[in-house]
Amino acid sequence: MSRVHIPQVLRPAADGAKVVDVEAPTVGAVVDALVEQHPALGDRLRSPDGELHRFVNVYLNGEDVRYLDGLDTRVGPDDEVRLLPAIAGG
Amino acid sequence: MADPAEVAQAAAATSPGSRAPSVYEDVLAGIGNTPLVGIQSLSPNPSVRLFAKLEGANPTGSVKDRIAVALVDDLEARGLLGPGKVLLESSSGNTAIALALVALRRHYPLTVVMADNVSPERRTLVRAFGARIVDSPGSLGSNGAIQKAREMARQDSRYALADQYGNEVNSRAHEVSTGPEILAQCPDVDVFVAGLGTSGTLMGVARYLRREKPGVKIIAAEPLPGAGVQGLRSLEDGFVPEIFDPDLLDRKLLISNREAVLGVRALLAREGIFAGLSSGAILVAARRVARDMEGATVVALLPDGGWKYLSAGIFSANIDIVEEELESQVTAW
Repeated sequence: MSRVHIPQVLRPAADGAKVVDVEAPTVGAVVDALVEQHPALGDRLRSPDGELHRFVNVYLNGEDVRYLDGLDTRVGPDDEVRLLPAIAGG
Repeated sequence: MADPAEVAQAAAATSPGSRAPSVYEDVLAGIGNTPLVGIQSLSPNPSVRLFAKLEGANPTGSVKDRIAVALVDDLEARGLLGPGKVLLESSSGNTAIALALVALRRHYPLTVVMADNVSPERRTLVRAFGARIVDSPGSLGSNGAIQKAREMARQDSRYALADQYGNEVNSRAHEVSTGPEILAQCPDVDVFVAGLGTSGTLMGVARYLRREKPGVKIIAAEPLPGAGVQGLRSLEDGFVPEIFDPDLLDRKLLISNREAVLGVRALLAREGIFAGLSSGAILVAARRVARDMEGATVVALLPDGGWKYLSAGIFSANIDIVEEELESQVTAW
């Protein structure tokens, strides 16, 4: 099972869960599994074309998956997936 | 790849004893041309050479001096800033302090919107340079400060918003100064690592290096925000700076506050470099990249010195306590 960390802003849509364990082979499948468990997350994470919203970042073991293979990035059983809203600084 | 002995020789040639001291017309002209120093003891891989560009050497102590002058010049050139106007910006600290210096020298009043949970040093410095601070709720983090400043600019035409997040002048300042300096100081550069805040440093240096030395990898280090500053009302409040072009990066690494603190401590203990929190995170990212490379040269840009972080205890306090406190602070990126 890989662990998915849910950011504070999405917890109300995930029944308050901070961490959700899912079994899925890719990042896209992880998102699908999450949405299946918590349907309210669906349009919070993805636009109608199925892509992740621009202001949502997904990290696999601390690496932004946009620079790996995106939603096709392979996820291993001990991997950590983290969803975060885009936050700027300066 | 340059021979470490040659690098040492080159360094000796520019040691304080042999270099003519620089004289500038005024303090603003002293911005940039910061030192690049070897931090080889921190390389996790003997075949990878690691260098740090010390932006804390700028007049107000951070990389943001470079963009502050450029943003003010741009507003003036477009006729948006002049007598009777008030310069306005949102900032977690460094841009506010840098703009406060420029505003002072150019005789403009400056108002900065800052989250009410940034470290006290930053507020003290902004006020010391004569600027006014408007608070935004800390729980909304930097994004809350950005929204508030933009709202203020819309409602009151006296304000001239510097807009480091939306004005391409930010990244251009790095394209014409930081990028050329890095390539001149380190022609062997294979990897450039910097922090992602507004994205200005990464975008500007990436554009310059892609043009002048194609193939250099551009790596972003991004802070894992503490739970106490993620209190956005909705995910749609997530903010991506308009100047950010994700295609200019090759990798983006998320670094926790704890890792960043350990990085800062390693910089100080092993190389005598007194740097701020984001520098620690950038070092961690650089080391992570260096681990998987062979015979490469990595340049990490360290945005500021450690002065503004003393009260946060990042150099000395128990790591668990520091980590907990940073969870509810807007850290300076």
